[in-house]
Amino acid sequence: MKFSRKSAANLMHELSVAQALLDQIEIVAQARGALDVPAATIRVGPLSGVEPSLLRRAFEVARLARPTTARTELTLEIGEIVVSCASCGRNGSASPGDLRCQHCASVRTSMRTGDELLLLRIEMDIPAAGAAEMAN
Amino acid sequence: MCDKCGCGATATLDQPAEKASGKPATVVREQFEVVRGILDGNQRQAKHNREHFDMHGIVVINLMSSPGSGKTSLLEATIPRLRGKLRLAVIEGDLETENDARRIRAQGVPAIQITTGTACHLDASLVHDALHALDLDSIDLLFIENIGNLVCPASFGLGQHRNVTLLSVTEGDDKPAKYPVMFRTSDLVLLSKMDLLPHVPEFEPRRAEDALASIGVHVPLLRISTRTPASLDPWLQWLDHTLAEVRSQQATATTPRLVHGHAHDHLSG
Repeated sequence: MKFSRKSAANLMHELSVAQALLDQIEIVAQARGALDVPAATIRVGPLSGVEPSLLRRAFEVARLARPTTARTELTLEIGEIVVSCASCGRNGSASPGDLRCQHCASVRTSMRTGDELLLLRIEMDIPAAGAAEMAN
Repeated sequence: MCDKCGCGATATLDQPAEKASGKPATVVREQFEVVRGILDGNQRQAKHNREHFDMHGIVVINLMSSPGSGKTSLLEATIPRLRGKLRLAVIEGDLETENDARRIRAQGVPAIQITTGTACHLDASLVHDALHALDLDSIDLLFIENIGNLVCPASFGLGQHRNVTLLSVTEGDDKPAKYPVMFRTSDLVLLSKMDLLPHVPEFEPRRAEDALASIGVHVPLLRISTRTPASLDPWLQWLDHTLAEVRSQQATATTPRLVHGHAHDHLSG
């Protein structure tokens, strides 16, 4: 794992993303009437523009301002860069600064995955009338 | 603080949770598969901005670069060339000061300054707020000069039709490889301050082109200098071409037009 340092101005970026993530979690949690959101899982692509460790730190600060998410544990899945090549027709992995085809070195590639910034799943505590029966 | 971010999302938070008045005795823990974009709130607002632009027949260009790559100078050099042909307006994004907007207004073009304090990028709701200060019926071409930053602005769509990224020759020619996210969003890359190239032998335009190709960017790369008006001709031709392209799309668009009086409750739909 590479260690990278960003300027204070760029840290703001992860804070913006953390706020947006909390907004998305809240939308789902409120729609389901959740009291608490113990866990959330996201996927961060290497070309999403987000530094995972900084996003985690920003999230841990930003979540405190919101009652439903104050204790949410964040799990980050790191996405993989996959490009498909228009020259040789094959798919392959690539690195953020070099998206050429690993098979034929062509620059005629398009990215299949790698720039995603996705909320995948949420664990919620929901009050339910049928909860007692379901538990038994 | 950047309380504007996650923009538009406030308008989508209008589904009040039906919380029980007392703490319920039983709680179910539920796993919920969601799969939604974390920045969907901004994307929704950006789409809304785009509807405003298309409804008014405005073509919108988002200018991005590092600080000091010559975005404002490019606008200053471009405005006189378009005077009398197109009605222009500019939205300026900066951390602080009205300086850039003043430079544009000095040329007789309406300019709205957005100062973001510490926030590192413009987002769609900031731009939307700025739109309210402009007379949209009297604009043909709107430039949004984003905050000088090669990282964050790339992730936050504003509703623009095209992204233009400047790379000045006083920066490294490997910038595209270092900031692939930004350069990959570009529809046009302008190699700026070409007049300084003789003084910067370590910058090889060819290497910048190769770096762009390596990250899968195959858009035009134009070499410009605001000191040499003729070098701006290809940029002005690109603008002409883009205007024609976007306008023909706007003319044939079948998307439903916005009908509202700016109450903005439609965002929740």
